[in-house]
Amino acid sequence: MRSSDWRTVPVAAALLPEADDPIASAEQRAQIDAIIAEHSVKPGSLMVILNEIQAQIGHISKPMQNYLAEKLHVPLKDVYGVVTFYSFFTMKPRGKHRIAFCLGTACYVGGAEMLIEKAQQILGVKLGETTPDKKFTLEPCRCLGACSQAPAVMIDNNLHGRNTPDRFITVLRKYEKIEHK
Amino acid sequence: MPVTSLEDLKAIKEQALAQRAERRADARNDRSVSEIRPPTPKEVRVILARCGVIDPEDIRDYIAEDGYVALMKALTTMTPRQVIDEVLKSGLRGRGGAGFPAGKKWEFAAAQKSDVKYMICNADEGDPGAFMNRSVLENDPHSVLEGMIIAGYSFGAHQGYVYCRAEYPIAVQRVRLAINQARELGFLGKNILGTGFDFDIELRIGAGAFVCGEETALMASIEGRRGEPRPRPPFPAVAGLWGKPTIINNVETLANVGNIIRNGAEWFAQFGTEKSRGTKTFTLAGDVVRTGLIEVPLGITLGEVVYEIAGGIKDGKKFKAIQTGGPMGGCIPEHLLETPLDYESLGAVGSIMGSGGLVVMDEGTCMVDIARFFMDFIQDESCGKCVPCRIGTRRILEILERICAGEGEEGDIEQLERLSKYILAGSLCGLGQGAPNPILTTIKHFRDEYEAHIKEKRCPAKVCKKLIHYRILDTCPGCMVCARNCPSGAITGEKQKVHHIDPNLCQSCGICMSVCKFDAIVVE
Repeated sequence: MRSSDWRTVPVAAALLPEADDPIASAEQRAQIDAIIAEHSVKPGSLMVILNEIQAQIGHISKPMQNYLAEKLHVPLKDVYGVVTFYSFFTMKPRGKHRIAFCLGTACYVGGAEMLIEKAQQILGVKLGETTPDKKFTLEPCRCLGACSQAPAVMIDNNLHGRNTPDRFITVLRKYEKIEHK
Repeated sequence: MPVTSLEDLKAIKEQALAQRAERRADARNDRSVSEIRPPTPKEVRVILARCGVIDPEDIRDYIAEDGYVALMKALTTMTPRQVIDEVLKSGLRGRGGAGFPAGKKWEFAAAQKSDVKYMICNADEGDPGAFMNRSVLENDPHSVLEGMIIAGYSFGAHQGYVYCRAEYPIAVQRVRLAINQARELGFLGKNILGTGFDFDIELRIGAGAFVCGEETALMASIEGRRGEPRPRPPFPAVAGLWGKPTIINNVETLANVGNIIRNGAEWFAQFGTEKSRGTKTFTLAGDVVRTGLIEVPLGITLGEVVYEIAGGIKDGKKFKAIQTGGPMGGCIPEHLLETPLDYESLGAVGSIMGSGGLVVMDEGTCMVDIARFFMDFIQDESCGKCVPCRIGTRRILEILERICAGEGEEGDIEQLERLSKYILAGSLCGLGQGAPNPILTTIKHFRDEYEAHIKEKRCPAKVCKKLIHYRILDTCPGCMVCARNCPSGAITGEKQKVHHIDPNLCQSCGICMSVCKFDAIVVE
């Protein structure tokens, strides 16, 4: 069954949007619709659309995947399969700033682990988690190609190189006020 | 105004050169300046010749350095067959790592009868420790586009894709800009340079999957699917993207094409060795005095790179190993430093050329830990399609983690070698086939370190956390910096009194030692 109004299609409980899901907001749904309208004509558009949604909305929840599957006329398992395959796509919202620690060879040898320990101490959350005030998300990431500036960290789309544990807090303070002993 | 003749190009060149001083004043590419040093005597700059010289965000500055002259030459004075012959004659081999002759690939695709063919630029440079493609894309994006258009012309493609990884936001932005500018001047689109040849390029962005650097996985990703490799044959040149003949070349391979067409095959072949022609960019990282991007003629020895170009090991420490070819490469010890950097020689010592990342490690690096690090990477990035790679790499990782934790057993080394053999034999793509390299080379050259971990429960390089502990010496002046920085609160002590580390709370992270300004903390 296909329907122009996706809500009339019976869906599993896990796919029903919570109140804070982007699908539940008319404004964000319009944003998603605009992305679909712009890119769906391209062959192989699913990756392009998911990349855009991840960039603009910040995550791709299960209800959003269901919505996309309906709109693009592809099976939900295809959308889910692609979302879970690529590490850039997240199903949960990230914080305002994404802190990505490069775990490439040079950064690993150059002390990336120490830096992560320190960041976890400053922000009080573990790698992969978001701070309770939703300001920062700590994530590992693949080589940023800034090996001569190891250890490197990408915050949002800005690269910070040659970090040291004792000076890392000053880097973070460029983004948000942080209270720390 | 679209460019249609050599005169148009010359006019743009003269105008751009005249305006260059003015444009230089606003230095937009300071990121490149910090990375690309002036060449040392052993280096030859061909691919990097324009990097850091031109403004990558202005196509006219590329034309000022004779950009798009090669495209003009190929499209107006050469037949597609002549283009292929020239590239064949130059001896250019794939710079993505496998080293397949580029001209031969194009020849295969040209022989296919199909009205639709595709040209793909593989800009999914994922090897940790490699950033030469990023540098070229960020500092000289048009050289790659020019190579793509010429390649497309040679075998009859009319649509190209640049598949760039998402970790490189600046490269993505500059390539996008470059495509738009090339379209405005008529180097892309319909009837290029008035020759009747149509070709356009679309930029596609990855989403953080290392395996997408493998050509069949990359095509699956462009098609909007999970990036899982498939068996070959059929090779992409026969049935690739959407089942059509497709050529996939690395960024650097394509960046060479313009130079070959403009200067001729003989000019290119003067660099390098008999079987490995030309120059190659490498990235130097790790414990050397000068890290960064270099470009050398193929055939230069590893020793020359480490000691003459990189200036040797920093802080007066001793050389231990050089890792080439990324996570699927191998670790090469000191006695093999005479190995020339070319495709065959690196293969002979159990490593690979890969895309060209060189990581130098000093005596403070634990080779078992490095093997564990690479296996952690490969295990995480294995797409899961082939069972030996999916499960074998996990089993290897578990054994290595045990060894690093001081729980290694007799027979572990033999088990690692056995698993490596099965993974090598039973995997479809380069990721699985290369996965055992770091294990096998470290076992071969640094077996004593494995044995120290397993038999003596000792990490000779003092790296493996479970096998070391930190201690504060009596010379500690009590500055409290270590206590403030300890993430687990294991350090106690009063101001101006000797501090103490609680071994039960200490996680052996080493931050205290790195922040101590008095060398009062030791690792044992």
